[in-house]
Order: sequence, then structure tokens, then C-alpha cells
Amino acid sequence: MRPILMKGHERPLTFLKYNRDGDLLFSCAKDHTPNVWFADNGERLGTYRGHNGAVWCCDVSRDSSRLITGSADQSAKLWDVQSGQQVFTFNFDSPTRSVEFSVGDKLAVITTDPFMELTSAIHVKRIAGDPADQTAESILTLKVPQGRMKINRAVWGPLNSTIISAGEDAIIRIWDSETGKLLQENQKEEGHTKTITSLVKSPDGSHFLTGSLDKSAKLWDTRTLTLIKTYRTESPVNAVAMSPLLNHVVLGGGQDAINVTTTDHRAGKFEAKFYDKILQEEIGGVKGHFGPINALAFNPDGKSFSSGGEDGYIRLHHFDHDYFNIKI
Amino acid sequence: MADVMVMNDIEATAASLGIDLARLDLDSIRLPHGETFGIPSDDEDIGHDVNSEMESGFGNIIVVDNLPVVPIEKFEKLENVIRKIYSQLGVIKEDGFWMPLEPETQKTMGYCFIEFNTPQEAELAREKTHGYKLDRSHIFAVSMFDDFDRFMKVPDQWAPPETKPYTPGENLQNWLTDLKGRDQFVIRAGNDTEVYWNDARQLKPDFVYKRQYWTESFVQWSPLGTYLATVHRQGAAVWGGATSEFKRLMRYAHPQVRLIDFSPGEKYLVTYSSHEASNPRDTNRVVIDIFDVRTGKVMRDFKGTPDDFAIGGTGGVSGVSWPVFKWGGGKDDKYFARMGKSAISVYETETFSLVDKKSIKVENVMDFSWSPTDSILALFVPELGGGNQPARVSLIQIPSKEELRQKNLFSVSDCKMYWQSNGEYLAVKVDRYTKTKKSTYTGFELFRIKERDIPIEVLELENKNDKIIAFAWEPKGHRFAIIHGDTPRPDISFYSMRTAHNTGRVSKLITLKGKQANALSWSPSGRFIILAGLKGLNGQLEFYNVDEQETMATTEHFMATDIEWDPTGRYVATAVTSVHEMENGYIIWTFNGKLLYRVLKDHFFQFLWRPRPASFLTPEQEEEIAKNLKKYSKRYELEDNDVEKQLSEQERAKRRELKEEWEKWVAEWKRLYEEEKMDRQRLRDGEASDEEEEYEAREVEVEEVVSTQEEVLSE
Repeated sequence: MRPILMKGHERPLTFLKYNRDGDLLFSCAKDHTPNVWFADNGERLGTYRGHNGAVWCCDVSRDSSRLITGSADQSAKLWDVQSGQQVFTFNFDSPTRSVEFSVGDKLAVITTDPFMELTSAIHVKRIAGDPADQTAESILTLKVPQGRMKINRAVWGPLNSTIISAGEDAIIRIWDSETGKLLQENQKEEGHTKTITSLVKSPDGSHFLTGSLDKSAKLWDTRTLTLIKTYRTESPVNAVAMSPLLNHVVLGGGQDAINVTTTDHRAGKFEAKFYDKILQEEIGGVKGHFGPINALAFNPDGKSFSSGGEDGYIRLHHFDHDYFNIKI
Repeated sequence: MADVMVMNDIEATAASLGIDLARLDLDSIRLPHGETFGIPSDDEDIGHDVNSEMESGFGNIIVVDNLPVVPIEKFEKLENVIRKIYSQLGVIKEDGFWMPLEPETQKTMGYCFIEFNTPQEAELAREKTHGYKLDRSHIFAVSMFDDFDRFMKVPDQWAPPETKPYTPGENLQNWLTDLKGRDQFVIRAGNDTEVYWNDARQLKPDFVYKRQYWTESFVQWSPLGTYLATVHRQGAAVWGGATSEFKRLMRYAHPQVRLIDFSPGEKYLVTYSSHEASNPRDTNRVVIDIFDVRTGKVMRDFKGTPDDFAIGGTGGVSGVSWPVFKWGGGKDDKYFARMGKSAISVYETETFSLVDKKSIKVENVMDFSWSPTDSILALFVPELGGGNQPARVSLIQIPSKEELRQKNLFSVSDCKMYWQSNGEYLAVKVDRYTKTKKSTYTGFELFRIKERDIPIEVLELENKNDKIIAFAWEPKGHRFAIIHGDTPRPDISFYSMRTAHNTGRVSKLITLKGKQANALSWSPSGRFIILAGLKGLNGQLEFYNVDEQETMATTEHFMATDIEWDPTGRYVATAVTSVHEMENGYIIWTFNGKLLYRVLKDHFFQFLWRPRPASFLTPEQEEEIAKNLKKYSKRYELEDNDVEKQLSEQERAKRRELKEEWEKWVAEWKRLYEEEKMDRQRLRDGEASDEEEEYEAREVEVEEVVSTQEEVLSE
């Protein structure tokens, strides 16, 4: 089917997130206003006004009532999804890069960038059921090694017992979310060699996929941090996604924006590339963006996916029937 | 250090010998040179210093022999003469001139010593003035001072060299015995240099050998594929051998070597280096060595300034028209030649000296080239005297230096020569000025070398103003292809040197209109050609069969920069080298344009097929095989089928394995997920559901009053 082009942002997209029911799509961009869209027809439902900087990441609670966003304006905000009202603001002294609700939505993990003399850090906040009880204090703050390097993504491990982080130092780390102890780092030989740009978990949280500027994506076991698969591509990977329905993974990325003007438009590889998750072979690609792909997300039903590009557009793709019968 | 004397001991010894230490000037005591009296020096550095001083101290001294013997009255005059000669070549040190006198006769002894500022100057002076004729009876014999030592050590008695028992060398052409008849290639990417088999049946490269930092700039196969040459700071080296491990076979010492070149029969290796001059006013120094590949011996070296080798530029690699020496006479490596100012110097390899002891004088020669098979030189001389003397192309036979054929050409701006690989034809591309002299147009002069009297034919394009973008002879064939016209969509024409009835005329075969191409690449066995749009044209590739005059395939290797046919003409590689940042890697195609496999490598520099020596089959035998191809191909088809079956079997097995492995993971994840179910529920405040199906669908009607308005209706 023809993709639906969703024009709502004025600046490059940074992150996309479907809610659990798969009827809403939240989008973050370098303009200051996250949007929410109908995941079916791509109509815009509303915006969340209040941030004063690029919005890097967001997450939505399981019941789709709360949205959390992290922004370069040195804050993370809680929103009421329905009304678009700010519920609470966590203020930091450096830009926030990544946010995620825990299982049960009672905790949130927030990462902050290195800024001035501050090093990058991972913060755990308690999310109160009633907004009136919400406080700004952190339950846990993790200082990471290589603090001058950004942490691009931090997510919860199974049963909220661990936190998995990845970033510019190309190392994936697993932390104990209670004590803050570093439990594990990935094997140097099998890990990424350049900045890890994205990390996405499987729906059941058992494994996760990382995308890196070293032109590869890798699939890991969440509990043991065992490398299971590696997917190689031709250009730096900015975004990854996993189909919840079929054994497919999608890699998005492309040439650095700096170099785009110097080469032919086909050289940029601004394609979302589909790989067979098990055989690690390329199945196909979806073209369309006029710049690198920065964000990818699968609808939880596995029947559509959306991509967000440096070009400021979101492209919403509903799969044709043929897609479900691909054999390789 | 047990012998170290303590001051007390010394005093005691002095007293016993009756020496008053206080009156003794210790500094005045000089021990004989080399004598320590068993007292080791506690200053280790001193010894070394002396040594290094010795080396650098005498390295810049030359000895000039065969000077006239003159009485003391004429000493000054001679000194002035010699100083005049040598101060042109370098700076003579103060007190750096010493001409000894015979004490009895007060006459000079016929030699002198000259000390220069640097060893380089000394070396240059030695080279330049050795054999210098001062007058008829005084021809300078110049040598380095340091060399004297060496010459003195030569024993007077000749000792017969020991004959070493013969040890058979390994088969350096072992790679040709590959049972599957595959070809090898070398690639350089990043710091790694790797050699692979091209395994077209398995659709992948088959690893042979890999080495990090194998070379410091590039690698190169020898023309027959026996050696792989690498370039290092200290010199060049060649590798090869019977095993898949590439062993170092020989080293060729040549500091700072920049460029190398093999002779066509790979008997000799030419190496080139250029050194920054120590004095910025001087030009750089160029050193070219010719080695015997097998023994590693320097057969001849050439030294001089870049201008001496007509290589212009500022001595760097840029501006060098490499190779400086062009090899002639086919695979026998009999002759090599270089172009100088208004002369061509032809050397022969038996003695490594000039043929007939002199160069061929050719006023203002611009360019020359050898026939690839015969010892025939083609050279081009541009117009002289404002057009009074026409430009000409002439063919010269070596070693007789007889002019075989000459053609005068008028209003020529430039000429380029293209030899057909068998040396049967020579095409000369001639750019001529139009009458107004404002623009040029191009024509071709075609020489038939093997025919009597070497007939020449003139070929002009139908549209005379078409620009020529590329020209290429069919290897071993009688056809050639030209890309002409305007970019981006020029035309491509094919011509044949034969026609159906009359073999002596060139005829056009076909013109393909409007092709996106800027490069021609013939298969080494002829017949097939790739019309390619490289670099700027995004890597368009058209595989064309000239026999049938049909396009076999049109495809693209995006951004491709290079095309390399394998030596058999079965496969062809296209590569994107690191001139581009993206898409680095190579693709292997069949001769008819079917993509076999693709390999991506970051920082990809080089792709080179290992050449093969010429086939032992005669053309008749080859034709015979071509005729009965069906008979031979059956066997290979069977093999192919087997491999394919095996391959698909392997592939299936591999997939099955992967699937099973994956399922194991999935099962494990499911188990753990179940295990943690209760914990998850607890975390979610007892909300039981993990799955969508457990949702309870309820329809709820919500009424909302949007607005209330009261309106009074009129009656």
C-alpha cells in the first residue's frame, strides 16, 4: 500500500513509539513538540506543548494514560495522554536522552547526557499513581564509566530487576536496578565497534536488538547478554525495529546528513531494510525518505510500521498481503 | 670492572715507581690507539661516538685519481682547476681539499682528496666526474674514500667459489594447478591484504591468505602471476610459492621506494625512488634500480635529477610518467628504453648497456611505445618550426635502428598510440587543429605491422567533430571500439580491420547510439566487452557481445570505479574503491553480466586478479576446443550440477540448523516468561493479563453534553 506521509514536524524526527493497543503513534522530533497520531490513518490527534528543546525520546504507559518525554531542555516531562496537559516535570542539569517506563509503570529510567562538567548518568524515578503525590527525587542514580560518552538508550530488563544501557562507547552494560551495581558488559570481540544509536526490546523483553554506526545491528539475549545474531548493512544504522508478528527485523539509517549533498540521492541508502531475523539475510527495502532514517517502530499487531526521517516526515506503511507470504 | 683502580692504589703505585703524581700532567698522556691496558672505559658512549664519526666523517670524502703530476709551482693552478670542477657539484668543506706532494720530488702524486659537506654531494660528485676527461691522457678515476677499505680487503689470491649442491626450488606456479581451474585475486582493504580464490560455483570468495600491514603502499602481481610484489620503506619484496602461505621469495633493497614495475617476462624489476634534496636549491634526486627478480641482484642503477628522466613534476610520485623504462621485445625482456631530451635510449639486457653504445637521436621526441610482441618502437615527434617541419610518427626496428615506416602529419596538436595486444596493428589517434586553429578534431592512422611494407590507413569518424572519449583494441583480435560524441550520452562504434572480401580495409561494424559510457573494457579473450559509465556516471554497465552485436545484460554497480576482467575472461570484477566513502567493495559477475556475489569492505583500495602465463595451446588447438565445446562442457556441467546439489543441500542444512538454534532460544524465553508471570502480575498490581486476548471487551456508552443553548422560537 502507498505509505501515508505524516507531516507534522518541522525538524528531523528522533523517536517513534506505538502504544500497547497499537491505535496511537507518538512521535518526537527536534522541534519542541511531540505529536500523537492515529496509527490507522495517520491523522494527527494532538500535540504536547511545553518543552523548550529537541525531544529525544518518549514512552507511553501500558494503559495509554501517561506519556513521558525526554528533551534537550534538560527536563523530562510526564503528560496526560488524553488532555495533552503536563502532569509533572523532572528537571536535570543536562539534556535527557532516553526515557522508559518499567513493567507496571511505577518506575521510569531516564538518562542524561554529559554536559559541562557533568558526566552522563542513568536516573531511576518513581512514578506515582496519583500525580499529586509525584516527587522529583531519584531512587537511584547510576554513574557510568566513560562518562564523557553519551548513553543513547537505557531500558528495563526482565521484571525491572536490571537496566540495560548502550551508547557512544559501543558497549552494552547491564546494571542491577536495585543496587546500581554493574553486572555485565558485552564481550569486546563480538560487540559493536562504533556508537550504538538505538536499542529495542522484543515484546516479551527476552531479547533486544541494537543498531550501530558500525553498519551493523546485533541481536542479544537480555538475561545473559549473549550475542545471537548480527545483521550487516551498507550504511550506518540509526534506528532498528523488530516485527512482533514475523521473524523480521528492520534497519534504518543512511549516510551522515553532512555528506548527503555531495553524492547522488541513491548513494545515501535512506532505505528501511528488512532482514530475516533467523537467517540474517536481507529480504527487501522500503525507500522513500529524503534523508537518513532516525526512528523506526512496528505496530504491536505487526501489520504496519512507521519510519521517521531526518527530512522531518513520518511515513506510515501498512503491509500488503504479499508481505506476509514472503519466503526466502 | 675488577680492575678499576682506586685513587689510593694509584698513589701507592706511583710512589713505588718513583713518580710524583702532583707534577704529572695526566691529560698529556696519550695511550696508543686501540690500547686500553686492560682498563675498560666506563663511558660506553665514547666508543660509539668515535665509530659514528668515522662513518660520517669519511663518507663525504672522495678520492680523485689520474690527475696530472705537476711540480709545486703549478700546484695552485691545478688546485683551482679541480676546485672549479667540484664546487659546481657540491660545497667543498673548508680545508676539504688535500693533494699530497711527494716529499723527494716535490711533485704531486696524481691524486687528491676532496671533502664535501654531505655524503650525498660526495656521491653525486663521484658519479658525475668518474671518467671525466681533463685532457686526453688524464681521465679521472673517482671513488668514495670509504670504498678504499673495501677494495683493500679483496684477497690477492682468487679462491674458487664453493659449488652448492642443487636444491630444487618449489613450484612457483602451483596456483595454476588448482583442480577447479579457479583464479586468484588479491584485495587490499584497511590494513589487511587478502588473497582469495574466486569460487564462482560456491558464489563466494574462498580464502587463501591474509596478512596485516603486508605492504606500505600497494601490492602488484608480476605480469605472469608468479609473484606478488609489496612495497616497503626499505625496498620491495616478492612473495609466492607452492603453498597457500605466501612466502617471501626475495627482497630488493631500495630505500624509500615509491614505484615498481616488472618487465613483461618478469625477469627484471624496476624500482623508483626520489629523495628530497638536502639543499632546497637543489633538485630532488631520483634513483632507479633494475633488479634481477630471481637473484635479487642489481643489474643496473640510474641516478640523477627528475629532469634527466623526463619525468617533470617536483620529484614526487605525481608528475612521474611511470614506467620510465618501457620494456620491448615481448616476453623475452630483451630491450628496455627510455625517452630523454631529443633522444631515445635503448638498452639491452645482456649487458645492460646502450644498444650500439649510443642513444637514438630524435629531435624533440614527445612519446614512444613498444610493440607488445616485437622489438619495434613507435615514436611521435610534434611539429617543429611553426609548421615548416611536419609532425611524424615512425616505426623503428631494434637493434638495427632501421626506420621501418614513417608518416608525416600536418597541423597536429597531439598524438596517442595504441598497440593491439598481438602487435599486429597500431592505431595512432591524431588530434588536428581545424583551419582556424581554435578547435581540434580527431582521426586515426592505422598501421598494419605484420603486412608487407606496413600499409597505413586513415580512419575518420562520420562526424569529424566528435570528441573521442575512449579507444580500445580487442585483445588478440582485429576489432576495436571507440566511444565518441558528447557526454553524457556518447555513441560507441565498433570497427574491424578486416572485411568479408578484402582483408586490407577497415570497416565499421555497428554504432550504438546514446550510451551512458565513458570506459571500454574488453574481455581478455575478446568478443565480449563492457561498456561502462564509471565514476561520474554512477557505474552503469552494459555487457555486450560484439560477435552477435547484442547486449547481453544491462546493469549497474552503483559508484563503480574499476573494472577488472579475470585473466581467462570468464568473470569480471567491478569495484568501488575508497575514492568514495560509501559502498566500498566489489562485485563478481559472469562474462555475460550475471551477478555472482558481492562483498562489502570499508576502505577498499585495490582489487587485482592474479595474471596467468600465456596458454601453451596454439590458436589451432584453441579453435579445435571451441569447436568441440559440447564434448568438453558435458563433464563440467556434471560437476556443476553436483556442486549445486551439494550447495543447496548445505544451504538447507545450514538453515535448518539456524532455525533449530533459534527455536531453542524461543523455547527458553517462553519458559522463563512463564516462570516470571506471577512476578509480572505483582508488578502490575495484580493485573493478570499479558496477552491481548485476555482483554475484556466492554462496550461503554458515554454521553457527553457538548453544549446547551436555549433559543426562543418565533410563533
